Amino acid sequence: METTTASQAGKKRRFKSSHRRKDGYKLLLAALPFVLIAFAFSYVPLFGWIYAFFDYHPGIPLSKTPFSGLDRFREMFSDPRMGPVLMNTLALSFLSILTAPIPMLFAIMVSEVRSGWFKRLVQTVSTLPHYISWIIVYALAFSMFSTEGAVNAFLMKLGLGGAPVDVLGNYERVWTVQTLLLLWKSVGWSAIIYLAAIVSIDSEQYDAAKVDGAGRRRTIWHITLPSIMPTFIVLLLLSISNLLSAGFEQYLVFSNVMVADRIEVLDLYVYRLGLVTGDYSYSTAVGMFKSIISIVLLFTVNLLSKKFRGQGIV
Amino acid sequence: MNSTTASKPAAVASKPERRKRPIDYKDWTFNFFNYLILALLVLATIYPFYYIFIYSISDSIQAQKGVTFWPAGFSLEAYQTTVKLPGIMDAAIVSLSRTVVGTLITVFCCSFFAYLITKEELPFRKAIYRFVLVTMYFNAGFIPWYLTMKTYGLQNSFLLYVLPTALAGFNVILIKTFIEQLPASLEESAKIDGAGYFKIYTSIIFPLSMPIIATIAVFAAVGQWNTWFDNYFLVESPKLQTLQLVLYNFLNQSSNLSNATTEQLNRGDLVRTLTPQSIRMAITMLVTLPIVLVYPMLQRYFVKGIMMGAVKG
Repeated sequence: METTTASQAGKKRRFKSSHRRKDGYKLLLAALPFVLIAFAFSYVPLFGWIYAFFDYHPGIPLSKTPFSGLDRFREMFSDPRMGPVLMNTLALSFLSILTAPIPMLFAIMVSEVRSGWFKRLVQTVSTLPHYISWIIVYALAFSMFSTEGAVNAFLMKLGLGGAPVDVLGNYERVWTVQTLLLLWKSVGWSAIIYLAAIVSIDSEQYDAAKVDGAGRRRTIWHITLPSIMPTFIVLLLLSISNLLSAGFEQYLVFSNVMVADRIEVLDLYVYRLGLVTGDYSYSTAVGMFKSIISIVLLFTVNLLSKKFRGQGIV
Repeated sequence: MNSTTASKPAAVASKPERRKRPIDYKDWTFNFFNYLILALLVLATIYPFYYIFIYSISDSIQAQKGVTFWPAGFSLEAYQTTVKLPGIMDAAIVSLSRTVVGTLITVFCCSFFAYLITKEELPFRKAIYRFVLVTMYFNAGFIPWYLTMKTYGLQNSFLLYVLPTALAGFNVILIKTFIEQLPASLEESAKIDGAGYFKIYTSIIFPLSMPIIATIAVFAAVGQWNTWFDNYFLVESPKLQTLQLVLYNFLNQSSNLSNATTEQLNRGDLVRTLTPQSIRMAITMLVTLPIVLVYPMLQRYFVKGIMMGAVKG
């Protein structure tokens, strides 16, 4: 709509067109540095994908490096570490998808609070963890759950603890622990979007339901939930497209000798291959494989969304 | 806190009780559990921060026996020692500078670029806009990123912290949408007065876009304060360490530290009454405090930001 009014205005002012062209050059010149920034920091790294097709070793220039075609990609299938890493990535992603309804539930609960100050308190406090880094989360978790942390000290005080429990070094439970930590950090933040959706529900619907004698639980079930379901679906689809991008920082920070095997996700593996082992080419190949699958997933999910909702998600 | 929130539903429910009895009982239980669960969640979120705080101001030796609700004794020694630790002050300055400089760069680049994109006269407007927006959806991966930054000579450089984040597609969308809602007449009249584009941007567009710019500035600042992986992977120079990474290294080297402390203990040095645990708490406090203090004041900007994002997306 805006473009049509603008072009009408443009027709009226045709006599100014040479002036406009001069302005255009000026604007283009002004926009150039920003295009360059985007190019330099987002597009140029893509050229690095070329390393995946060579047997590159740091120190030897790429021109003297043998071309290896798709060998480095084939290597993935014979790499014994690839299976467990994919397993970790998918398991952690699925667990976080499994907890996806919790922020929605939380938002409904918050929206049902009538006292204004309590509502504000809950919202402010629950969003706070979103704004701290994973390093701080690690520091907090460490102070709570390490063998000399708050939880063990408290159990000891009560005389309940035998040997102190090492929550962060528990091999069997590490997926659960990490999923709960992620939930702790993100629940308040993820709820905001649902709260926004709930606020925008027409209040007449609630009034009508009340007149019909519906209680709280029934209004939630028949009005609130269906109204925020589309938001839930969109977020769910997005998280499916992020299946292979289980949080890098979280697992890097929480990795320790006891649990490293079980939380080495794809991104972490790419980093370890590259900087620890020094195999740039293979690391790039694995990274590329991940990026491409993610993009394909995003498009697929977008297509599905268009087909069933009549609306894309990106 | 717990008791006040638990008594609240009772007070709320007692009023309508006289009018409609059958629904109210259900309503009361609903409220009770709703408030109770939310109060417990609030507690679970706040407590770790509170624990770190009371531990850090406790007397170090007494705290070893465990603190739960109140500080055990009182001592600021942990902070006094922490501030004197080598590298801490430098790191604080680096973190602060990257937050200020990085935020300024992001705010300027995103807002000025968004303004340019709103100009119909800009040739290839759509193409340029897309070119920048698309960057939101792809990522070259770790090693390509690492090698590119190295090629640019950003290794061990402060610019690594503030340049790559200059332009964010999402911010550009938000600001562009905001600018498009501003009345065009203001700009027209400035143009008639002979103001150029940059002049119009600085004197009209930027001040009028303050609400959205403040939101973006807050997001950018928090992001800068929290980012550490660029530091972790590409900056070794101790002069450029960020506070986050210092904290991380410190947490991981806790065993080394306790050795050092025991050594000092044996030599009868000043640290006689301080455990590494206390120092760890004090550092965590120092890194967390800026966020925790600034956060409640800025909360409305955050919420506004995500709401706008939600409307867009």
